[in-house]
Amino acid sequence: MSTDIGPIVSTLRRHRTTAWLLVLEIALTCAIVCNAVFLIGQRLDRVNMPSGVAEQELVQIQLGDLAAGKDRYARAQEDMALLRQVPGVQSVAITNQVPFGGSSSNSNLRIDPSQHDPVANAATYLGENLPQTLGTRLVAGRKLAPGDYVNADVAVDALNRGRTEGLPTVAVITRALAERLWPGQEPLGRMVYLTDKAGVRVVGVLDTLVRPNAYRDATAQYAVILPLHMGADKDESYLLRTRPQDRQRVLAAAVAALHKADPQRVVTRKRTFAEVRQEFFRSDREMAGTLVGVCIALLTVTALGIVGLASFWVSQRRRTIGVRRALGATRADILRYFQTENFLLATAGIVLGMVLAYGLNLFLMAHYELPRLPIGYLPAGALALWLLGQLAVLGPALRAAEVPPVVATRSA
Amino acid sequence: MFTYYLQLALRSLGRNKALTALMVLAVALGIGASMTTLIVFHVLSGDPLPGRSAQLYYPQVDPRDNGGLMPGKDPPGQVTLIDGRNLLHARHADRQALMTGGSVPVQPDMAAIDPFYVDARYTSADFFPMFAVPFRYGHGWTAADDGAKARQVVIGHELNNRLFGGRDSVGRQLRLAGTSFRIVGVLDDWRPAPHFYDLNMGAYDSAEQVFLPLETALALRLDHDGSTDCWGNGSGGVGTGLPSNSCVWLQFWVQLNDSASASAYRDFLARYSQQQRTLGRFQRAPNVRLPSLMQWLDYNHVVPDDVRLQTGLAFGFLLVCLVNTVGLMLAKFMRRAGELGVRRALGASRRAVFEQLLIESGVIGLVGGIGGLLLALLGLWIVRQRAASYAGLAQLDPQMLLATFLLAIGATLVAGLLPAWRACQVTPALQLKSN
Repeated sequence: MSTDIGPIVSTLRRHRTTAWLLVLEIALTCAIVCNAVFLIGQRLDRVNMPSGVAEQELVQIQLGDLAAGKDRYARAQEDMALLRQVPGVQSVAITNQVPFGGSSSNSNLRIDPSQHDPVANAATYLGENLPQTLGTRLVAGRKLAPGDYVNADVAVDALNRGRTEGLPTVAVITRALAERLWPGQEPLGRMVYLTDKAGVRVVGVLDTLVRPNAYRDATAQYAVILPLHMGADKDESYLLRTRPQDRQRVLAAAVAALHKADPQRVVTRKRTFAEVRQEFFRSDREMAGTLVGVCIALLTVTALGIVGLASFWVSQRRRTIGVRRALGATRADILRYFQTENFLLATAGIVLGMVLAYGLNLFLMAHYELPRLPIGYLPAGALALWLLGQLAVLGPALRAAEVPPVVATRSA
Repeated sequence: MFTYYLQLALRSLGRNKALTALMVLAVALGIGASMTTLIVFHVLSGDPLPGRSAQLYYPQVDPRDNGGLMPGKDPPGQVTLIDGRNLLHARHADRQALMTGGSVPVQPDMAAIDPFYVDARYTSADFFPMFAVPFRYGHGWTAADDGAKARQVVIGHELNNRLFGGRDSVGRQLRLAGTSFRIVGVLDDWRPAPHFYDLNMGAYDSAEQVFLPLETALALRLDHDGSTDCWGNGSGGVGTGLPSNSCVWLQFWVQLNDSASASAYRDFLARYSQQQRTLGRFQRAPNVRLPSLMQWLDYNHVVPDDVRLQTGLAFGFLLVCLVNTVGLMLAKFMRRAGELGVRRALGASRRAVFEQLLIESGVIGLVGGIGGLLLALLGLWIVRQRAASYAGLAQLDPQMLLATFLLAIGATLVAGLLPAWRACQVTPALQLKSN
């Protein structure tokens, strides 16, 4: 900018309060927008949290029995056999919980039964056929085998009586959990304890499997699968794997088959895994949406404020502009004058805004468990506000440039 | 004088329509956003049982073993079945209720309606009088019915509408989970927000539609839902099995009519804990709490963080809008220095000029407030479209309507103070001369 800054500053000094108000407005906007954009990024990261399962190929069905009658375990086996017959179904699992399902069952894990504090808290998946159906890869060891399985009620009874017979003896765990329990060591063959009696040997390590209520990235993949036969029950889910294009058809056909087998049962839930994810992260998406709305509103108000004040100053200075034009200033000079003025104000606002943004971030960190604002957001925010200021001032500045020199000769 | 100033204000505002519109828009946007979030915050942080909540307490004892013991840590947020029953039967409070959540299949008699599941609450008898639950028809059951594991049920009026077309269904039979129950009461509209008595079931969920005596539900092995927290060899139970006595999964509420009985109850809880420890059931030293209802909500941070954050954000936005308005008003008033100089020269006092300008900003505040109210209504409508369980609660009440206007006018008057003060500082002679 070749325009002399001196005259601009001295003019601004005559409108000191107004100029400071504009600087303050830009600073507040800068501070809020920087933090809001950061929050939006956090939420979007969360929404895209990986599950480690074949999300596009899974459907979930939950059923409730009107009156407990039949043997639940036989029932579950019948149901799974039936569901395997549904055309398009590649694999069927029964589970006590599903990734991103929200409600969860967890265990405190110790690597030594006498440890005072648990080493990790992990989502405890109970069920059959889970890794195969979920499509999570085994990276070491073996799968759970039919001989590993015990009935859930037998295991619970043993646990309640403090006995070891009847409890499962092996488990597969995720790589993230293995790394937490035994950092840098071979997990296969090691014992992990759910209670002082219930120790299980790790026989397999899964690549990924997210917990049902994953909130923090660090612990999101802490999960263990125990070989338990689950009974058909309202709280248990059937998971079906199929091709992505078959999901809806398979879901409808599976529900129809279950209903035909026993009309006395009520389907309490049927959905694709895409819907599971959708529901789990809905509030995060809504929050991100709100934040986007606030950012747009803030930037709009600030831009309109700049337009308003600039227009005001332009009409106030019409005579001065006319005099300058009469004395030889070109239209471009006048245009540049207002652009430079805005640039100066925006710069002052941005500098103050950076400090405020940092302070606001500290406040949010203290109250909302947020990480530190990455430094990259500040120059991005600065650039955005400079651009916004220049765009907003362009209209009034062009109007100023249109003021003819003859205005100088007219009295106000 | 006021009407004259009002006319002047309107004329002045009309002279520069674009600028006036800008100021009104900024105020309206700021007020709209902050009122939307404030109303949501107000509803969510409200008292679920006004007038009664001060007498309701949530006793906590610590039955856990010494694994993971950290001194000073709070006891669990629920009770075991055995402690719940002991405390219930001790009858040391004015009223007490032990409860848990569940869901039961409803099997209507008419073939036209397929069986469906509804949320249920299994509770002892004092639930209804203690929480002042309003009845449309009939009444609750008695402690004797609890003991007799009576097959009695109280239903919500939504379920009554669905099954009986809203008619008085007291005395009729209702089939739940394969068992026949006699309807003894139908509730009126009742949606305490938050769902304070069991925050694990969704802090802002609506009240259940089926209420059964707890002992009946346990005897029939009905499904229970909610949080189950176990230690040692405890396990949550699968299928129809109940959680073991090393699990907390029930809520216990008491009514204590005065502070003397509250402190007596706290002593009782400590004595009870000590006694259980002597018996060998409790391992930890007595660790009891007796938060009141509102303290319990506070302790559980029941208002979602997102709602707090949005409220803060909206007020930040309002601040920007006001700074914007102050700037524009200042520019506007200063530009009229000449006109004000004439008025001053003709004898208007500084105070009169100040009042005139303040009325002008008040008009902007009023119009902006109306705009803000409309925007807040729109904002609340948007909130209601959301999936969050509290969405349906986002309604404007008269109290908040008034608050909206006070905020709008108050904020713009404050915003108008600086520009008006600056403008009435002008020296009349100087202004006259320069023109």
